[in-house]
Amino acid sequence: MFVTSAYAQETAPAAAEGDTHAGTAVPAAEHEAFPPFDAKTFPSQILWLVITFGLFYLFLKRVVMPRLGGIIDVRNDRITQDLDHAARLKAEADAAVAAYEQELAEAKANANKIGQQASDAAKADAESTRKKLEAELEKKLGEAEASIASIKARAMKEVGTIAEDTTSAIVEALVGGKADKSEIAAAVKSASR
Amino acid sequence: MAAADKVDPIHQFQIHPIIPLHIGGYDVSFTNSSLFMVVTIVLASAFLYWSTASRALIPGRLQSVSEMAYEFVGNMLRDAAGKQGMQFFPLVFSLFMFVLVANLIGLFPYFFTVTSHIIVTFTLAILVIGTVVVYGFAKHGFGFLKLFVPHGVPGLLLPLVVAIEVISFVSRPVSLSVRLFANMLAGHITLKVFSGFVVSLSALGAVGIAGSVLPLAMAVALTALELLVAFLQAYVFAVLTCMYLNDALHPSH
Repeated sequence: MFVTSAYAQETAPAAAEGDTHAGTAVPAAEHEAFPPFDAKTFPSQILWLVITFGLFYLFLKRVVMPRLGGIIDVRNDRITQDLDHAARLKAEADAAVAAYEQELAEAKANANKIGQQASDAAKADAESTRKKLEAELEKKLGEAEASIASIKARAMKEVGTIAEDTTSAIVEALVGGKADKSEIAAAVKSASR
Repeated sequence: MAAADKVDPIHQFQIHPIIPLHIGGYDVSFTNSSLFMVVTIVLASAFLYWSTASRALIPGRLQSVSEMAYEFVGNMLRDAAGKQGMQFFPLVFSLFMFVLVANLIGLFPYFFTVTSHIIVTFTLAILVIGTVVVYGFAKHGFGFLKLFVPHGVPGLLLPLVVAIEVISFVSRPVSLSVRLFANMLAGHITLKVFSGFVVSLSALGAVGIAGSVLPLAMAVALTALELLVAFLQAYVFAVLTCMYLNDALHPSH
Protein backbone atom coordinates (compact mmCIF):
# COMPACT_ATOMS: atom_id res chain seq x y z
CA MET A 1 0.00 0.00 0.00
CA PHE A 2 2.57 2.53 1.04
CA VAL A 3 5.36 0.97 -0.92
CA THR A 4 5.69 1.88 -4.57
CA SER A 5 4.26 -0.39 -7.14
CA ALA A 6 7.77 -0.79 -8.57
CA TYR A 7 8.17 -4.06 -6.70
CA ALA A 8 4.83 -5.26 -7.91
CA GLN A 9 5.94 -4.54 -11.42
CA GLU A 10 9.22 -6.36 -11.14
CA THR A 11 7.77 -9.47 -9.55
CA ALA A 12 4.33 -9.41 -11.01
CA PRO A 13 4.02 -7.64 -14.33
CA ALA A 14 0.33 -8.43 -14.49
CA ALA A 15 -0.26 -6.66 -11.23
CA ALA A 16 0.69 -3.36 -12.78
CA GLU A 17 -1.72 -4.05 -15.56
CA GLY A 18 -4.37 -4.73 -12.99
CA ASP A 19 -3.64 -1.41 -11.36
CA THR A 20 -4.30 0.45 -14.57
CA HIS A 21 -7.56 -1.35 -14.98
CA ALA A 22 -8.47 -0.58 -11.47
CA GLY A 23 -8.26 3.08 -12.37
CA THR A 24 -11.64 2.63 -13.99
CA ALA A 25 -13.06 1.17 -10.78
CA VAL A 26 -13.38 -2.25 -12.38
CA PRO A 27 -11.90 -5.00 -10.19
CA ALA A 28 -8.95 -6.33 -12.07
CA ALA A 29 -9.51 -9.80 -13.36
CA GLU A 30 -6.03 -10.22 -14.80
CA HIS A 31 -4.12 -10.31 -11.52
CA GLU A 32 -1.50 -13.00 -11.68
CA ALA A 33 -2.80 -14.35 -8.39
CA PHE A 34 -5.23 -13.28 -5.78
CA PRO A 35 -2.77 -12.12 -3.07
CA PRO A 36 -4.09 -14.26 -0.21
CA PHE A 37 -3.72 -17.35 -2.40
CA ASP A 38 -0.28 -16.44 -3.77
CA ALA A 39 1.81 -19.36 -2.55
CA LYS A 40 5.06 -17.45 -3.14
CA THR A 41 4.39 -15.36 -0.04
CA PHE A 42 3.59 -18.33 2.19
CA PRO A 43 7.09 -19.17 3.49
CA SER A 44 7.74 -15.61 4.55
CA GLN A 45 4.35 -15.24 6.23
CA ILE A 46 4.64 -18.55 8.07
CA LEU A 47 8.18 -17.81 9.25
CA TRP A 48 7.39 -14.33 10.50
CA LEU A 49 4.13 -15.45 12.07
CA VAL A 50 5.96 -18.20 13.95
CA ILE A 51 8.62 -15.73 15.10
CA THR A 52 6.24 -12.96 16.14
CA PHE A 53 3.57 -15.20 17.64
CA GLY A 54 6.21 -17.25 19.45
CA LEU A 55 7.69 -14.12 21.01
CA PHE A 56 4.22 -12.84 21.84
CA TYR A 57 3.30 -16.17 23.48
CA LEU A 58 6.47 -16.22 25.55
CA PHE A 59 6.06 -12.59 26.63
CA LEU A 60 2.46 -13.11 27.68
CA LYS A 61 3.22 -16.40 29.44
CA ARG A 62 6.32 -15.18 31.28
CA VAL A 63 5.53 -11.54 32.02
CA VAL A 64 1.98 -10.41 31.42
CA MET A 65 -0.10 -13.32 32.64
CA PRO A 66 1.68 -13.90 35.96
CA ARG A 67 1.33 -10.20 36.61
CA LEU A 68 -2.37 -10.05 35.70
CA GLY A 69 -3.06 -13.24 37.63
CA GLY A 70 -1.16 -11.80 40.60
CA ILE A 71 -3.12 -8.56 40.51
CA ILE A 72 -6.43 -10.41 40.45
CA ASP A 73 -5.38 -12.89 43.16
CA VAL A 74 -4.20 -10.11 45.43
CA ARG A 75 -7.48 -8.30 44.92
CA ASN A 76 -9.52 -11.43 45.62
CA ASP A 77 -7.47 -12.10 48.75
CA ARG A 78 -7.98 -8.56 49.85
CA ILE A 79 -11.72 -8.74 49.25
CA THR A 80 -11.96 -12.00 51.20
CA GLN A 81 -9.91 -10.46 53.99
CA ASP A 82 -12.08 -7.35 54.07
CA LEU A 83 -15.23 -9.44 54.10
CA ASP A 84 -13.87 -11.50 56.99
CA HIS A 85 -12.98 -8.32 58.82
CA ALA A 86 -16.45 -6.92 58.22
CA ALA A 87 -18.03 -10.17 59.41
CA ARG A 88 -15.91 -10.08 62.55
CA LEU A 89 -16.84 -6.47 63.25
CA LYS A 90 -20.49 -7.31 62.73
CA ALA A 91 -20.25 -10.21 65.15
CA GLU A 92 -18.65 -7.89 67.69
CA ALA A 93 -21.37 -5.32 67.19
CA ASP A 94 -24.02 -8.01 67.59
CA ALA A 95 -22.39 -9.25 70.78
CA ALA A 96 -22.28 -5.69 72.12
CA VAL A 97 -25.97 -5.24 71.34
CA ALA A 98 -26.80 -8.54 73.02
CA ALA A 99 -24.77 -7.59 76.09
CA TYR A 100 -26.46 -4.22 76.24
CA GLU A 101 -29.88 -5.80 76.00
CA GLN A 102 -29.04 -8.29 78.68
CA GLU A 103 -27.83 -5.54 80.98
CA LEU A 104 -30.92 -3.56 80.24
CA ALA A 105 -33.10 -6.55 81.14
CA GLU A 106 -31.11 -7.10 84.33
CA ALA A 107 -31.43 -3.47 85.28
CA LYS A 108 -35.17 -3.61 84.69
CA ALA A 109 -35.48 -6.73 86.81
CA ASN A 110 -33.43 -5.04 89.53
CA ALA A 111 -35.56 -1.95 89.39
CA ASN A 112 -38.69 -4.09 89.67
CA LYS A 113 -37.23 -5.94 92.61
CA ILE A 114 -36.26 -2.74 94.39
CA GLY A 115 -39.69 -1.28 93.75
CA GLN A 116 -41.34 -4.43 95.01
CA GLN A 117 -39.19 -4.44 98.10
CA ALA A 118 -39.92 -0.81 98.80
CA SER A 119 -43.61 -1.33 98.38
CA ASP A 120 -43.50 -4.48 100.54
CA ALA A 121 -41.56 -2.63 103.21
CA ALA A 122 -43.98 0.25 103.09
CA LYS A 123 -46.90 -2.16 103.38
CA ALA A 124 -45.32 -4.00 106.29
CA ASP A 125 -44.58 -0.71 107.97
CA ALA A 126 -48.14 0.45 107.54
CA GLU A 127 -49.41 -2.89 108.76
CA SER A 128 -47.29 -2.83 111.92
CA THR A 129 -48.25 0.77 112.62
CA ARG A 130 -51.87 -0.17 112.19
CA LYS A 131 -51.49 -3.16 114.49
CA LYS A 132 -49.73 -1.11 117.12
CA LEU A 133 -52.45 1.49 116.97
CA GLU A 134 -55.12 -1.16 117.18
CA ALA A 135 -53.39 -2.81 120.14
CA GLU A 136 -53.13 0.54 121.87
CA LEU A 137 -56.74 1.26 121.19
CA GLU A 138 -57.63 -2.21 122.41
CA LYS A 139 -55.67 -1.58 125.57
CA LYS A 140 -57.30 1.78 126.13
CA LEU A 141 -60.69 0.21 125.51
CA GLY A 142 -59.92 -2.52 128.03
CA GLU A 143 -58.76 0.05 130.59
CA ALA A 144 -61.86 2.10 130.01
CA GLU A 145 -64.06 -0.96 130.38
CA ALA A 146 -62.24 -1.93 133.54
CA SER A 147 -62.63 1.54 134.99
CA ILE A 148 -66.29 1.51 134.05
CA ALA A 149 -66.67 -1.87 135.70
CA SER A 150 -64.95 -0.70 138.88
CA ILE A 151 -66.95 2.47 138.92
CA LYS A 152 -70.08 0.41 138.43
CA ALA A 153 -69.08 -2.02 141.19
CA ARG A 154 -68.30 0.87 143.53
CA ALA A 155 -71.58 2.45 142.62
CA MET A 156 -73.40 -0.78 143.25
CA LYS A 157 -71.67 -1.12 146.56
CA GLU A 158 -72.66 2.40 147.45
CA VAL A 159 -76.22 1.61 146.36
CA GLY A 160 -76.20 -1.23 148.90
CA THR A 161 -74.93 1.08 151.63
CA ILE A 162 -77.47 3.74 150.72
CA ALA A 163 -80.21 1.07 150.73
CA GLU A 164 -79.08 -0.11 154.20
CA ASP A 165 -78.98 3.43 155.49
CA THR A 166 -82.35 4.12 153.97
CA THR A 167 -83.73 0.88 155.31
CA SER A 168 -82.40 1.52 158.79
CA ALA A 169 -83.81 5.00 158.62
CA ILE A 170 -87.18 3.70 157.42
CA VAL A 171 -87.13 0.97 160.06
CA GLU A 172 -86.24 3.55 162.79
CA ALA A 173 -89.03 5.76 161.68
CA LEU A 174 -91.62 3.04 161.41
CA VAL A 175 -90.66 0.72 164.22
CA GLY A 176 -88.66 3.05 166.35
CA GLY A 177 -85.53 1.93 167.83
CA LYS A 178 -82.51 0.73 166.19
CA ALA A 179 -82.53 -2.38 163.93
CA ASP A 180 -79.66 -4.72 163.82
CA LYS A 181 -77.21 -3.68 161.22
CA SER A 182 -76.39 -7.18 160.01
CA GLU A 183 -80.07 -8.09 159.65
CA ILE A 184 -80.70 -5.04 157.58
CA ALA A 185 -77.70 -5.92 155.34
CA ALA A 186 -79.02 -9.43 154.85
CA ALA A 187 -82.51 -8.15 154.05
CA VAL A 188 -81.21 -5.65 151.55
CA LYS A 189 -79.07 -8.29 150.03
CA SER A 190 -82.01 -10.66 149.56
CA ALA A 191 -84.25 -7.87 148.26
CA SER A 192 -81.72 -6.72 145.68
CA ARG A 193 -81.44 -10.17 144.26
CA MET B 1 -1.27 5.66 -9.70
CA ALA B 2 -2.30 6.74 -6.24
CA ALA B 3 -5.92 7.11 -7.34
CA ALA B 4 -5.72 3.73 -8.99
CA ASP B 5 -4.47 2.21 -5.74
CA LYS B 6 -7.44 3.55 -3.88
CA VAL B 7 -10.10 1.98 -6.02
CA ASP B 8 -8.58 -1.45 -6.49
CA PRO B 9 -10.17 -3.41 -3.62
CA ILE B 10 -7.62 -6.21 -3.91
CA HIS B 11 -4.54 -4.03 -3.81
CA GLN B 12 -4.70 -3.74 -0.02
CA PHE B 13 -3.95 -7.44 0.33
CA GLN B 14 -0.76 -7.37 -1.71
CA ILE B 15 2.43 -8.35 -0.01
CA HIS B 16 5.73 -6.74 -0.87
CA PRO B 17 9.10 -7.13 0.78
CA ILE B 18 10.60 -4.39 2.87
CA ILE B 19 13.84 -6.23 3.61
CA PRO B 20 14.39 -8.93 0.96
CA LEU B 21 15.64 -12.16 2.48
CA HIS B 22 16.17 -15.57 0.90
CA ILE B 23 17.06 -18.65 2.89
CA GLY B 24 17.48 -22.09 1.31
CA GLY B 25 15.67 -21.13 -1.83
CA TYR B 26 12.67 -19.78 0.05
CA ASP B 27 11.63 -16.17 -0.08
CA VAL B 28 11.36 -15.25 3.61
CA SER B 29 11.64 -11.50 3.14
CA PHE B 30 10.54 -9.16 5.87
CA THR B 31 7.36 -7.90 4.19
CA ASN B 32 4.61 -5.44 5.01
CA SER B 33 2.76 -8.43 6.44
CA SER B 34 5.70 -9.22 8.74
CA LEU B 35 5.88 -5.56 9.70
CA PHE B 36 2.25 -5.57 10.81
CA MET B 37 2.74 -8.82 12.71
CA VAL B 38 5.50 -7.07 14.60
CA VAL B 39 3.30 -3.99 15.08
CA THR B 40 0.52 -6.24 16.37
CA ILE B 41 2.59 -8.01 18.99
CA VAL B 42 4.42 -4.84 20.02
CA LEU B 43 1.18 -2.91 20.46
CA ALA B 44 -0.56 -5.74 22.28
CA SER B 45 2.44 -6.45 24.50
CA ALA B 46 3.04 -2.78 25.24
CA PHE B 47 -0.60 -2.25 26.14
CA LEU B 48 -0.76 -5.28 28.41
CA TYR B 49 2.61 -4.41 29.95
CA TRP B 50 2.13 -0.71 30.63
CA SER B 51 -1.52 -0.88 31.61
CA THR B 52 -0.67 -3.32 34.40
CA ALA B 53 2.64 -1.70 35.38
CA SER B 54 1.24 -0.06 38.53
CA ARG B 55 -0.44 -3.32 39.71
CA ALA B 56 -3.12 -1.15 41.24
CA LEU B 57 -5.50 -2.77 43.69
CA ILE B 58 -8.23 -0.55 42.31
CA PRO B 59 -7.62 -0.67 38.56
CA GLY B 60 -7.59 2.33 36.28
CA ARG B 61 -9.35 2.22 32.93
CA LEU B 62 -6.52 0.68 30.97
CA GLN B 63 -5.74 -1.87 33.65
CA SER B 64 -9.44 -2.75 33.71
CA VAL B 65 -9.33 -3.44 29.98
CA SER B 66 -6.37 -5.79 30.40
CA GLU B 67 -7.99 -7.53 33.35
CA MET B 68 -11.28 -7.86 31.49
CA ALA B 69 -9.55 -9.48 28.52
CA TYR B 70 -7.67 -11.81 30.87
CA GLU B 71 -10.73 -12.85 32.85
CA PHE B 72 -12.89 -13.04 29.72
CA VAL B 73 -10.58 -15.55 28.08
CA GLY B 74 -10.00 -17.32 31.39
CA ASN B 75 -13.72 -17.82 32.01
CA MET B 76 -14.24 -18.89 28.42
CA LEU B 77 -11.59 -21.57 28.73
CA ARG B 78 -12.77 -22.71 32.18
CA ASP B 79 -16.36 -23.02 30.96
CA ALA B 80 -15.41 -24.97 27.86
CA ALA B 81 -12.55 -27.17 29.08
CA GLY B 82 -12.79 -27.12 32.86
CA LYS B 83 -10.03 -26.56 35.41
CA GLN B 84 -7.65 -28.88 33.57
CA GLY B 85 -7.95 -26.68 30.50
CA MET B 86 -6.29 -23.79 32.33
CA GLN B 87 -2.87 -25.15 31.37
CA PHE B 88 -3.68 -23.87 27.87
CA PHE B 89 -4.61 -20.42 29.14
CA PRO B 90 -1.43 -18.74 27.81
CA LEU B 91 -2.01 -20.23 24.35
CA VAL B 92 -5.67 -19.22 24.15
CA PHE B 93 -5.00 -15.78 25.61
CA SER B 94 -2.19 -15.03 23.18
CA LEU B 95 -4.26 -16.33 20.25
CA PHE B 96 -7.20 -14.15 21.27
CA MET B 97 -5.06 -11.05 21.80
CA PHE B 98 -3.09 -11.60 18.59
CA VAL B 99 -6.16 -12.07 16.41
CA LEU B 100 -8.06 -9.25 18.10
CA VAL B 101 -5.26 -6.71 17.83
CA ALA B 102 -4.40 -7.76 14.26
CA ASN B 103 -8.07 -7.36 13.27
CA LEU B 104 -8.33 -3.97 14.96
CA ILE B 105 -5.11 -2.63 13.46
CA GLY B 106 -6.33 -3.74 10.04
CA LEU B 107 -9.28 -1.36 10.38
CA PHE B 108 -7.02 1.70 10.07
CA PRO B 109 -6.87 2.97 6.51
CA TYR B 110 -3.65 2.07 4.68
CA PHE B 111 -2.81 -0.54 7.32
CA PHE B 112 -2.26 -4.14 6.35
CA THR B 113 -4.57 -6.77 7.85
CA VAL B 114 -2.48 -9.74 8.90
CA THR B 115 -5.52 -11.98 9.41
CA SER B 116 -6.84 -11.38 5.89
CA HIS B 117 -4.35 -13.93 4.56
CA ILE B 118 -5.42 -17.52 4.71
CA ILE B 119 -1.93 -18.81 5.35
CA VAL B 120 -1.76 -16.81 8.59
CA THR B 121 -5.12 -17.97 9.91
CA PHE B 122 -4.39 -21.50 8.71
CA THR B 123 -1.05 -21.56 10.53
CA LEU B 124 -2.80 -20.46 13.72
CA ALA B 125 -5.50 -23.10 13.21
CA ILE B 126 -2.84 -25.78 12.63
CA LEU B 127 -1.17 -24.63 15.82
CA VAL B 128 -4.46 -25.21 17.68
CA ILE B 129 -5.25 -28.57 16.09
CA GLY B 130 -1.61 -29.64 16.41
CA THR B 131 -1.77 -28.87 20.12
CA VAL B 132 -5.00 -30.85 20.41
CA VAL B 133 -3.58 -33.88 18.57
CA VAL B 134 -0.16 -33.88 20.27
CA TYR B 135 -1.60 -33.32 23.75
CA GLY B 136 -4.43 -35.77 23.14
CA PHE B 137 -2.11 -38.61 22.16
CA ALA B 138 0.45 -37.74 24.85
CA LYS B 139 -2.24 -37.75 27.55
CA HIS B 140 -4.53 -40.58 26.47
CA GLY B 141 -2.38 -42.58 24.05
CA PHE B 142 -4.64 -44.43 21.65
CA GLY B 143 -7.55 -43.65 23.97
CA PHE B 144 -7.59 -40.30 22.19
CA LEU B 145 -9.09 -42.12 19.18
CA LYS B 146 -12.24 -42.62 21.26
CA LEU B 147 -12.94 -39.08 20.13
CA PHE B 148 -14.09 -40.56 16.83
CA VAL B 149 -16.22 -43.32 18.35
CA PRO B 150 -19.25 -41.88 20.13
CA HIS B 151 -20.98 -43.97 22.81
CA GLY B 152 -24.32 -45.63 22.23
CA VAL B 153 -24.19 -45.86 18.45
CA PRO B 154 -25.55 -49.11 16.96
CA GLY B 155 -22.80 -51.30 15.48
CA LEU B 156 -24.25 -51.09 12.01
CA LEU B 157 -24.06 -47.30 11.94
CA LEU B 158 -20.64 -47.14 13.59
CA PRO B 159 -18.48 -47.04 10.42
CA LEU B 160 -20.59 -44.24 9.03
CA VAL B 161 -20.53 -42.25 12.27
CA VAL B 162 -16.78 -42.73 12.64
CA ALA B 163 -16.25 -41.53 9.07
CA ILE B 164 -18.34 -38.44 9.78
CA GLU B 165 -16.45 -37.76 13.01
CA VAL B 166 -13.10 -38.07 11.25
CA ILE B 167 -14.18 -35.76 8.44
CA SER B 168 -15.51 -33.20 10.91
CA PHE B 169 -12.25 -33.34 12.87
CA VAL B 170 -10.13 -32.93 9.75
CA SER B 171 -12.24 -30.03 8.53
CA ARG B 172 -11.80 -28.17 11.82
CA PRO B 173 -8.56 -26.39 10.95
CA VAL B 174 -10.06 -25.49 7.57
CA SER B 175 -13.27 -24.06 8.99
CA LEU B 176 -11.41 -22.33 11.82
CA SER B 177 -9.01 -20.60 9.45
CA VAL B 178 -11.40 -19.91 6.58
CA ARG B 179 -13.97 -18.34 8.91
CA LEU B 180 -11.55 -15.70 10.18
CA PHE B 181 -9.83 -15.16 6.85
CA ALA B 182 -13.04 -14.84 4.83
CA ASN B 183 -14.63 -12.46 7.30
CA MET B 184 -11.61 -10.17 7.27
CA LEU B 185 -11.18 -10.36 3.51
CA ALA B 186 -14.82 -9.76 2.65
CA GLY B 187 -15.17 -6.93 5.15
CA HIS B 188 -12.12 -5.11 3.86
CA ILE B 189 -13.09 -5.57 0.22
CA THR B 190 -16.58 -4.22 0.91
CA LEU B 191 -15.16 -1.25 2.78
CA LYS B 192 -12.74 -0.55 -0.04
CA VAL B 193 -15.44 -0.82 -2.72
CA PHE B 194 -17.71 1.66 -0.97
CA SER B 195 -14.82 4.02 -0.27
CA GLY B 196 -13.84 3.64 -3.93
CA PHE B 197 -17.35 4.75 -4.93
CA VAL B 198 -16.85 7.93 -2.94
CA VAL B 199 -13.65 8.71 -4.84
CA SER B 200 -14.98 7.84 -8.29
CA LEU B 201 -18.27 9.68 -7.78
CA SER B 202 -16.50 12.77 -6.47
CA ALA B 203 -14.54 12.91 -9.71
CA LEU B 204 -17.82 13.49 -11.62
CA GLY B 205 -18.31 17.04 -10.34
CA ALA B 206 -20.90 18.64 -8.07
CA VAL B 207 -23.64 16.05 -8.61
CA GLY B 208 -21.17 13.28 -8.02
CA ILE B 209 -19.94 14.85 -4.79
CA ALA B 210 -23.53 15.15 -3.57
CA GLY B 211 -24.20 11.58 -4.56
CA SER B 212 -21.07 10.31 -2.87
CA VAL B 213 -22.67 11.00 0.51
CA LEU B 214 -24.50 7.69 0.26
CA PRO B 215 -21.48 5.40 -0.20
CA LEU B 216 -19.66 7.48 2.43
CA ALA B 217 -22.44 6.83 4.95
CA MET B 218 -22.29 3.18 3.97
CA ALA B 219 -18.53 3.13 4.52
CA VAL B 220 -18.99 4.64 7.98
CA ALA B 221 -21.63 2.07 8.87
CA LEU B 222 -19.45 -0.73 7.50
CA THR B 223 -16.54 0.47 9.61
CA ALA B 224 -18.70 0.08 12.69
CA LEU B 225 -19.78 -3.36 11.52
CA GLU B 226 -16.15 -4.33 10.87
CA LEU B 227 -15.24 -3.23 14.39
CA LEU B 228 -17.86 -5.65 15.66
CA VAL B 229 -16.63 -8.37 13.32
CA ALA B 230 -13.04 -7.83 14.49
CA PHE B 231 -14.09 -8.53 18.09
CA LEU B 232 -16.51 -11.28 17.16
CA GLN B 233 -14.05 -13.23 15.03
CA ALA B 234 -11.34 -13.04 17.67
CA TYR B 235 -13.92 -14.30 20.17
CA VAL B 236 -15.13 -17.08 17.88
CA PHE B 237 -11.57 -18.17 17.18
CA ALA B 238 -10.81 -18.32 20.91
CA VAL B 239 -14.07 -20.10 21.79
CA LEU B 240 -13.57 -22.77 19.15
CA THR B 241 -9.97 -23.20 20.31
CA CYS B 242 -11.30 -23.81 23.84
CA MET B 243 -13.80 -26.39 22.62
CA TYR B 244 -11.21 -28.25 20.57
CA LEU B 245 -8.85 -28.26 23.53
CA ASN B 246 -11.66 -29.75 25.58
CA ASP B 247 -11.67 -32.66 23.14
CA ALA B 248 -7.97 -33.18 23.79
CA LEU B 249 -8.63 -33.27 27.55
CA HIS B 250 -11.79 -35.38 27.48
CA PRO B 251 -11.82 -37.39 24.25
CA SER B 252 -14.75 -39.67 25.12
CA HIS B 253 -17.98 -37.81 24.62
